[in-house]
Amino acid sequence: MEQMEEILKDFLLEAGENLDRLDQDLVRLEQSPTDKKIIGNVFRALHTIKGSSGFFAFKRLEKVTHAGESLLGKIRDGKLALNADMVTTLLTTLDRVREIVRSVEGTGKEAAGNDTELIGNLHALAEGKPVSTIERGTSTPPPAPAPPARATAPAPASASIDSFLRDFLAETHENLDALDRAFVALEKTPGDRDLLSNVFRTLHTLKGSSGFFGFSRLEKIAHAAESLLGRLRTGELPLNEAVTSALLDTVDGIRATLKHIEQTGQESAKDFSATIGVLRQLAEGKGIVAAPVEQKFAAVASTPPPLTPALSPSGGEGEKAQAAPAPQPSAADSTVRVDVGLLDKLMNLVGELVLARNRLLPFAVNHENAAFTSATQRLDGITTELQERVMKTRMQPINHVWSKFPRLVRDLSAQCGKQVNLSMEGTETELDRTLLDAIKDPLTHMVRNCVDHGLELPAARVAAGKLAAGRLLLRAYHESGLVVIEISDDGAGINLVRVRQKAVEKGFFKADEAARLSDRQATDLIFLPGFSTAETTTSVSGRGVGMDVVKTNIENIGGSIELSSVAGQGTTLRLKIPLTLAIVPALFIGCAGERFAIAQTSLLELVRLDPSQKESRIEDVSGAPVCRLRGKLLPLVFLKRELQLEPRAGEFQSPSREASEAKDGDCKSPAPARHVTIVVLQSEGHRFGLVVDEVHDTEEIVVKPVGALLKGIPAFAGATILGDGSVALILDIAGLALMSGVVAKLRERQTTEETPAPPVVNPDEKSLLLFHMGGAEHMAIPLEFVTRLEKFPRTRIERSGGREVVQYDGGIMPLVRVADFVEGCSVTVDSAETLDVVVHHSKQQSVGLVVGQIKDIATASLRVTDATRQRGLLGSTVVNDQITGVLDVPAILKAARPEDVTPKLMPIVAAKN
Amino acid sequence: MPAAANFITFLVDGQLFGVPATEVMELARFHELTRVPLAPPAVAGLMNLRGQVVTAVEMRCRLGLPPRPEGQQPMSVVLRREDVLVSLLVDQVGEVIELDDSTYEPVPDTLRGIARELVRGVHKLPGKLLLLLDPGKVIAGLAVGSRRQTLSPTPL
Repeated sequence: MEQMEEILKDFLLEAGENLDRLDQDLVRLEQSPTDKKIIGNVFRALHTIKGSSGFFAFKRLEKVTHAGESLLGKIRDGKLALNADMVTTLLTTLDRVREIVRSVEGTGKEAAGNDTELIGNLHALAEGKPVSTIERGTSTPPPAPAPPARATAPAPASASIDSFLRDFLAETHENLDALDRAFVALEKTPGDRDLLSNVFRTLHTLKGSSGFFGFSRLEKIAHAAESLLGRLRTGELPLNEAVTSALLDTVDGIRATLKHIEQTGQESAKDFSATIGVLRQLAEGKGIVAAPVEQKFAAVASTPPPLTPALSPSGGEGEKAQAAPAPQPSAADSTVRVDVGLLDKLMNLVGELVLARNRLLPFAVNHENAAFTSATQRLDGITTELQERVMKTRMQPINHVWSKFPRLVRDLSAQCGKQVNLSMEGTETELDRTLLDAIKDPLTHMVRNCVDHGLELPAARVAAGKLAAGRLLLRAYHESGLVVIEISDDGAGINLVRVRQKAVEKGFFKADEAARLSDRQATDLIFLPGFSTAETTTSVSGRGVGMDVVKTNIENIGGSIELSSVAGQGTTLRLKIPLTLAIVPALFIGCAGERFAIAQTSLLELVRLDPSQKESRIEDVSGAPVCRLRGKLLPLVFLKRELQLEPRAGEFQSPSREASEAKDGDCKSPAPARHVTIVVLQSEGHRFGLVVDEVHDTEEIVVKPVGALLKGIPAFAGATILGDGSVALILDIAGLALMSGVVAKLRERQTTEETPAPPVVNPDEKSLLLFHMGGAEHMAIPLEFVTRLEKFPRTRIERSGGREVVQYDGGIMPLVRVADFVEGCSVTVDSAETLDVVVHHSKQQSVGLVVGQIKDIATASLRVTDATRQRGLLGSTVVNDQITGVLDVPAILKAARPEDVTPKLMPIVAAKN
Repeated sequence: MPAAANFITFLVDGQLFGVPATEVMELARFHELTRVPLAPPAVAGLMNLRGQVVTAVEMRCRLGLPPRPEGQQPMSVVLRREDVLVSLLVDQVGEVIELDDSTYEPVPDTLRGIARELVRGVHKLPGKLLLLLDPGKVIAGLAVGSRRQTLSPTPL
């Protein structure tokens, strides 16, 4: 019975593969409905499932597949033209088959169910009648006549036939080896019914497969052998040496033919009439002289193929043997099925080897003996290569995940009433199978998002001057040790206006804060939990759970995700995934005498603060330490404080109070004379700086689990063993960020980051940006109107519609020369090479205010006196003993009317809403 | 309690303890430890045992006993529990002895403090008592979040 289970397992495995292939083929077929090769493939795959179902007496499966097959037969013969209804019904059929196969998997039996409607539909279609009630999918318009930019087929059709044949060959080789062994065993125990039945079934399978491929000679000889076995099985005939020899020779004959097929794709002209005659005679109970038989076959199988150690197809793996392109080794010879567990063990051992090598290398560097040094170098080289090769064994092409997408996209687009052309590039790009598993769900989610949100309805697309069918492109390629996966569409892009609105509605930001977000920051809001701009929640997506989960999943495996979007032109998601998880490059840092590893995937840069420089010191913003990095505030996390590290005192005394206080003080006011080393890290979209004592080198590390005992400490992701044999902890960057509270503080900081305005203590007091204008005038602008400060070279100023503009932040920004609008300011012809510009952002528009020369920021109380009231000024105040005019920005903007130019010129945000 | 079983014995602060031999993977010399910040005080650190990372538990601390005198190297009793390797740092490893029910007694009422929670029973040996440790409890109480047990050391 065990054998039976094995056969059933194989059947399920094969059925699953066939179904996946059918999905792809049917979708491709819809695009090129007359492709005979694809139709043939589909027909055969379905037929195989039907045949096997009949064998196992799965009645439902057999009936459903039979109905599907009849329809396909008509299409193949050209009696019917394929239409969308048919594809939909056929896909429904596949789903039904899949459902039944799943029930067989679970229970070993078919689940009860009613297929009459489906079968009725299939029959109706086969008779050329329209189907009245199938599914919602029927309402989709028939596929437009193949658009010029047609989807690139994942593989030429002939390749899939080849792979089909290759599968057949590999399988048949295995079957033959099994037969060899079985016959020999049978000779010893002629009465073994189980064994006989096995042999019978194996031969039967072989016969069936040969039939599909039209290998009629193979079919005939298998049939003759089967008849003989049938009589042996029922006990009508005894098994004797002559019979065994004849059967073994049959196997040899089949093997020789297979070899010929492998080389030429065709059966050899050799026919088996003599052998068949012998088999028939034996089956009729007539004795035969064994010798001539053997002679006959000696000719056929002149070169007996080496007996390959047949590996039982026990693994639950769906990997089929892939024959090498060279014709010499047969499909079964050149591949071996290996348990994944074994590969994992190998990988672990290689990891150990890498560590041992790392440990040895320092010795070689300092060693006098040249022979030792060269031996070590050799070992180093081999280890590296071995590591690469073993990693390769665990690699699988990304197509394993992508192959589901054509079907998914087709169904989704039908559901949403959209037209989508899916193309895939780099399907053969390989990555580690564990990673492949990990990215499967995120990828599916993103593809769904693209179809549901990204691409517009055909009418809207045509109105926007695009093709009615949207384009969805999946690309995968290797880049600097990473796998890059891109998902791009040519849809509407992300509506940033809408994103900002949503952010305000959901209470993430206040209106003015949201308006101040840069486009980049606004785009990244998509990744916040609970954020969705979809107007309505559909069954597909829009509930606002998703992109944050996608991001977390990708970051969990050390990957990153970027989103770029151009309104009206589309969205591109770019995933960067490491090739493997087992061995990762890491940076070692030191803190309080301990060494820690940081995975390089979260590392952005290293910064060393020189305390003597005024610009680079640690500041305190409402209790949180920050430093300025290229004009932006970087929140800091002190590793020493987070890990409560202090010089080792008592072996196991809890940190004393004095010690922790001293340490706190130490962190808040770092010794001014010392340099501060900051590791800038990125975790879940947030940047922060980790203050450490020292930075060591980088090394490839093997991640070891720390065990359940330390799982509760969020600061550590695991441990690794260093070259010197000691253990080092790997920091969990996300965990550290969470512990330190930097993530929670970050959201509010993200908005203040752009305008680091100190809190206003006195309501009269205002923060002012001071500048000189028109020579000696002291002027100021309230900081609340300042979004950004920029310098533009004069050469970048262009003229458009009689106004001065610059290209800025992906759009066009009008410039307003403040001096023109302030009473009493002399309009000077500026001679400076660069212009100081205050960027003011309001009503989704950026306006550049050209001021003279930016000086400083100061806080002063605003006292408006009528006597000094001038046009364009709010009033005046005294700053640093200077009377300073304060600009009335709204009035200036009103007078300058920059929006006259902007609506036509600023494509920063989508006009359509 | 099986009729007769082998036990690995060891000394911690002069007291004899035992753990079932079936739970012990090996006895090892002391290895250099890597401190784990934020871990419970009884976790002495991580050590490298032939390529595997093992968590070391300082048994003196775990049992609420005074620290080991300076300069005295502990020994390592390595336990394997559900794929987690844990090393118990003890003062000295004793012999392997076979014990049966005849010498067994439940935990006496006079035993207090942490030790009482970790000890499964007592074997009366000639001239001394052997406290039978429950390795599961020794380890389970250590997971982060259950420090409570180690914070109020009570002497035996």
